[in-house]
Amino acid sequence: MCGWFWTRVRGCSEAPRHEQEHRAKSGRDGAASAWGARAFAFLVAVLLGSTLSASAAGPAVILATTTSTQDTGLLDVLVPAFERASGYQVKTIAVGTGAALAMGERGDADVLLVHAPSAEEAYMAKGRGLARWLVMHNGFIIVGPAGDPAKVAGVGNAVDAFKRIAASGATFISRGDDSGTNSKELEIWRAVGITPQGAWYVKTGSGMADTLHVASQKAAYTLTDDGTFLSQRATLSLVPVLQGVPDLLNVYHVILVKPLPGRVGNLAGGRAFADYVVSPTGQRVIATFGQDKYGRPLFTPDAKPVH
Amino acid sequence: MLQIASLSVGVSLAATLVAAVFALGGALWIVYGRSRLRYVLLVIFNAGLGLPPVAVGLAVAFTFWRSGPLGMLDILYTPAAMMLAQTIIVTPLFGSLAVIALRAVDPTLRDQLAALGVPARTRLRLLARETAPGILASALAGFGRAVAEVGAAQMTGGNIEGQTRVLTTATMLAVGRGEFSVAFGYVAVLLGIMTIATGAAFVLQRRWQ
Repeated sequence: MCGWFWTRVRGCSEAPRHEQEHRAKSGRDGAASAWGARAFAFLVAVLLGSTLSASAAGPAVILATTTSTQDTGLLDVLVPAFERASGYQVKTIAVGTGAALAMGERGDADVLLVHAPSAEEAYMAKGRGLARWLVMHNGFIIVGPAGDPAKVAGVGNAVDAFKRIAASGATFISRGDDSGTNSKELEIWRAVGITPQGAWYVKTGSGMADTLHVASQKAAYTLTDDGTFLSQRATLSLVPVLQGVPDLLNVYHVILVKPLPGRVGNLAGGRAFADYVVSPTGQRVIATFGQDKYGRPLFTPDAKPVH
Repeated sequence: MLQIASLSVGVSLAATLVAAVFALGGALWIVYGRSRLRYVLLVIFNAGLGLPPVAVGLAVAFTFWRSGPLGMLDILYTPAAMMLAQTIIVTPLFGSLAVIALRAVDPTLRDQLAALGVPARTRLRLLARETAPGILASALAGFGRAVAEVGAAQMTGGNIEGQTRVLTTATMLAVGRGEFSVAFGYVAVLLGIMTIATGAAFVLQRRWQ
């Protein structure tokens, strides 16, 4: 019992325990409260520091975007570059395109970076966007197990590829989360003319990277954006079976949300972000992203105003 | 990494401290109070043991969305919002275990001390010392729940790099990106934090014995 710790705390001796406690009592309470005060001060400092440093950089902009821009790491480069250039601070919320558009509709985000053109047009038609610009594209690809049991490789377009997968009985993994990739996938199924359902059609309800891992584990086919696939490839046992065909184009737009009257919002910050990603500087960041890590860029910049 | 870990500890510790006010106040009332209403609170505490963090996260996020009733405060996606959600998650667990800790003390002890003519202040201090180890264990359980939960942290914090990214949400992101070794790193730090917290509590409990 008389280790250094106890010696310091209560002055260890061989006296009976209750007596020892009596003697040490006042000193010990003092020590305990000093420690408590120090711990509390540290805590307050940490919390204040984190909230203050968050607010010191300027008013925050809420960017609602898709999981693919976060999972590929593009935002890790693009957002800090914008923050340095503009002084705004960005709060990035990575959800599916459907959820991002819903956030914009409620006024819970200032600017959106999304990739489901038909859903975006419906959004703009509701009058919830002030402007929409084309930012960049990459391709969707159909990936599957190495043996390609459904014999998809070599067909000329995504619709025929999906037909073969459905006919072969191979498992297909769907995002099932109303994301841009999911809406693209459902668009292809509509063109095929079937409503996918049954044991072979699995909905994960997860982001792209998670869905790829499920497909990999189940030796199944799935539709993915090629950026996420490229960034995940090392951990997957999937191969691309169809890519580079016209009906697999994956287009990203930035939408400036129209603020709702009487609500908190940051229109100027949202506009600054949209302007930045379509500016020559922002487009250059996009054009070079991924070059060092994957040997080729993950996205092709192609900014021009749409609305 | 250091920033993510310190934010994890800071937010969860702050949540536990704030929860302590409600949990201990509630527990003292439940154990020593007279009103029958105190059993309602006990039921609430016990029911709250099974409160899913993701439900609390959704409720807090819903409240603080810009389109929500308190949206004008603009605190969603800040550590403050995360702390609030974790406080709600921690309070029932902390309170419920604190009730058990308080009840574990011999109920006649108070009367005995009074009968012996011990002054009120000393009496209170002796009782506090008697219950402190149990209360500390309750606090530790609460802190553990807060620091380990991911649903509420994700929904109220948004996992924003450098601002609201904590160990659990960072782990989810790393898994999502297929960076499994990074994810294991975060998990190891999380386990390390809990080990240190448990060890510190153990030392404190020994001192109080």
